[in-house]
Amino acid sequence: MDNKIVFDRIRNDINMNDVVLYLKGSAVFPQCGFSAAVVQVFNHLGVAYKDFNVMEDNELREGIKAFADWPTLPQVYVKGEFIGGCDITREMFASGELQALLQEKGIKMSNAA
Amino acid sequence: MAMDAQDIARMIREGVPGAVVEIEDLRGDGEHYAAYVRSAAFVGKSRVQQHQMVFAALKGKMGTELHALAVHTIPVTEQEG
Repeated sequence: MDNKIVFDRIRNDINMNDVVLYLKGSAVFPQCGFSAAVVQVFNHLGVAYKDFNVMEDNELREGIKAFADWPTLPQVYVKGEFIGGCDITREMFASGELQALLQEKGIKMSNAA
Repeated sequence: MAMDAQDIARMIREGVPGAVVEIEDLRGDGEHYAAYVRSAAFVGKSRVQQHQMVFAALKGKMGTELHALAVHTIPVTEQEG
C-alpha cells in the first residue's frame, strides 16, 4: 500500500489543527470505549479539537497506524506531534502532564481541571 | 481467538528486557486485560516509545487479536526481583 498520499493528508491535518483525534466513530458517536474515553478527556478540559472517524475511511484507518507506528485507535496529536492512545492520554491527564503540555503549546482549555 | 493472560505476559517478558509483568483481567471475558509492565529498559524513553516496545514484544498481535489490552508502562531505576 503506497502510504505517501495518506501520509501527506495526515501531515496536513495534524499541522492545520492544534489538537486532532483519530477515532473509531465520531466524537459525538464514538464506537469504542477507548475512543470515547479520549473524547471525554478533551471535552472535560474544554479543548477544541478536530476529530476524524477512521471507520468511514479504511485508507486512513490503516495509514494512521503506519504513520505513527502505532497499531491501535484512538490516536491523539497535539501541534502535529503524536501524543499517544487512550492509556497514555488518560495517564497524562491524571498526572497533569496533559494539561501542562497543552498550556505549554498555547492551547486554550476552557475548564482546566 | 483472543489470547490468555499467561501468553500476553510471557510475550512481553520475552520481548522487553528485564520486564516484570502483571496482567489484570478486567472483565473476565478473555478480551479486556490491563498489562502493567515494569522495566529498567523504559528509563529515558518517552511514553510512546515505552508502549511501542511492548507492542513490538507482542509481535503484531496488538490491534489484531488484542484489541482491548490496556498497557501501563513503569520505568524502574534498579532492576527489581
